[in-house]
Amino acid sequence: MLILTCPYCGVKGEETEFHSGGEAHLKRFGPGSSDADFEQYLFMRENPKGVHLERWRHANGCGKWFHAARCTVTLEVFGTYSAQTTEPPQHIRDAISARRPGWTWREFS
Amino acid sequence: MRRYSAFAIAREAARYHSGWERAWRSPEPKKKYDVIIVGAGGHGLATAFYLGKNFGITNVAILEKGWLGGGNTGRNTTIIRSNYLQDPSAAIYEKARSLYETISQDLNYNVMFSPRGVIMLAQTEHEVRGYRRTAHANALQGVQTEFIGPDRVKELVPIINLDGPRYPVLGGLWQARGGTARHDAVAWGYARACSDMGMDIIQQCEVTAVRSANGKVTGVETSRGEIACDKLGLVVAGNSGHLAQMAGFRLPMESVALQALVSEPIKPCMDVVVMANTVHGYLSQSDKGEMVIGGGTDGFNNYTQRGSFHHIEETVRALVETFPMVSRLKMLRQWGGIVDVTGDRSPVIGKTPLGNCFINAGWGTGGFKAIPGGGWATAELIAKAEPGPLCAEFGMNRFIEGRFIDESVAAGVAH
Repeated sequence: MLILTCPYCGVKGEETEFHSGGEAHLKRFGPGSSDADFEQYLFMRENPKGVHLERWRHANGCGKWFHAARCTVTLEVFGTYSAQTTEPPQHIRDAISARRPGWTWREFS
Repeated sequence: MRRYSAFAIAREAARYHSGWERAWRSPEPKKKYDVIIVGAGGHGLATAFYLGKNFGITNVAILEKGWLGGGNTGRNTTIIRSNYLQDPSAAIYEKARSLYETISQDLNYNVMFSPRGVIMLAQTEHEVRGYRRTAHANALQGVQTEFIGPDRVKELVPIINLDGPRYPVLGGLWQARGGTARHDAVAWGYARACSDMGMDIIQQCEVTAVRSANGKVTGVETSRGEIACDKLGLVVAGNSGHLAQMAGFRLPMESVALQALVSEPIKPCMDVVVMANTVHGYLSQSDKGEMVIGGGTDGFNNYTQRGSFHHIEETVRALVETFPMVSRLKMLRQWGGIVDVTGDRSPVIGKTPLGNCFINAGWGTGGFKAIPGGGWATAELIAKAEPGPLCAEFGMNRFIEGRFIDESVAAGVAH
């Protein structure tokens, strides 16, 4: 069972308390963008076997969106962090590196 | 290959069954093949089989990291149907369903195809309208289905409770030619036929890298050494994202866990397949008497081949309302598989950014029923390096072109 800690209200809960929002740090494209950019933004996904950065909502709690760094193979959660960022903060990157040396995810590592 | 027949059984009975051959060989990998298929599940083996049967290409290796048919082919709920809404889907699923009718004879291997009929229950007014529409679409596509009322549902499924407090049964979409088959036997039958054509099925051989030069695949690195190839087929379901990453491109799909469970065996009580999609549960009875139960997918990316417990609870809770007798059943086993789900819930069969690398993936929660059709289409794609009529609409380019084959509602599978 997946256990997450909401970085806003600090409550630790199991997965039925949260709602998954899919891949994090997507670069959004608006009107006037190319078809290729739209395709990448709307449909193409990393879907990695390993470290995954993703969005979650504390649906049955404070209701806020946040980010989580998680391993899709072991379900180990490396940490959760604020939604108000476009990239994982240093302490999250360090926490992942401690457990998965040499990890990469898109342009982040 | 010695053919299986009643005479073979009699002959072997007379000599203590000492003469049965192994169903397929386990050869060492060669240095090079014309075609390498990654993934010895149903779709991979069917692809190889139709490459040999329809196109005469038999210098083929099928690589499997685990054991043959040990992924989703051995983990699904064995349901076969073709009552889809969109024309391209109906075409490929109906092709698959019709191939299932004669596959035991074609492979000389009994896959126990049982066309017992499939009902998809309509439990809301929306579903009634949706399934009536699907029945009309199916009539135009040449797929035989009909919308039936609650009385007929009760006649076909005596154990059903029509008057559930939350979701009463208002009717159903009935496909009399749908049914089930023995899932392992489908993989085993194709494997035996492929091996007989001289193809190499190499188990315990994990692909660790895809070698390419000048935009073309030259071979793969595996846990059993490097193997070169002229063409590569990726048919790895839930691991498609992982393989695509090795090959250097992204896919429009994500991998999630889907679970199933079976009850203790009981006496025959239901001789059709029933799907209740509003409440996310489906039910059939296996030949052994177990009630085979499937539910919805987990909501997050997952490669663990096990799902969350609360989904089992939700599935069983939903079924108890529609089938009260389920509350008295003990559940025997529960398992999960990793399914690759696309944005429009339709598969991807087509070319990739690497010229001689082809992909069959994204079947999501409904790959088993499509095995013969998917293999047929993928074999044509690999042999001609161009998609044939069956899979022309299923290329990855449909996402950039906005030509979705939207089955997220019509397929009626639980998401």
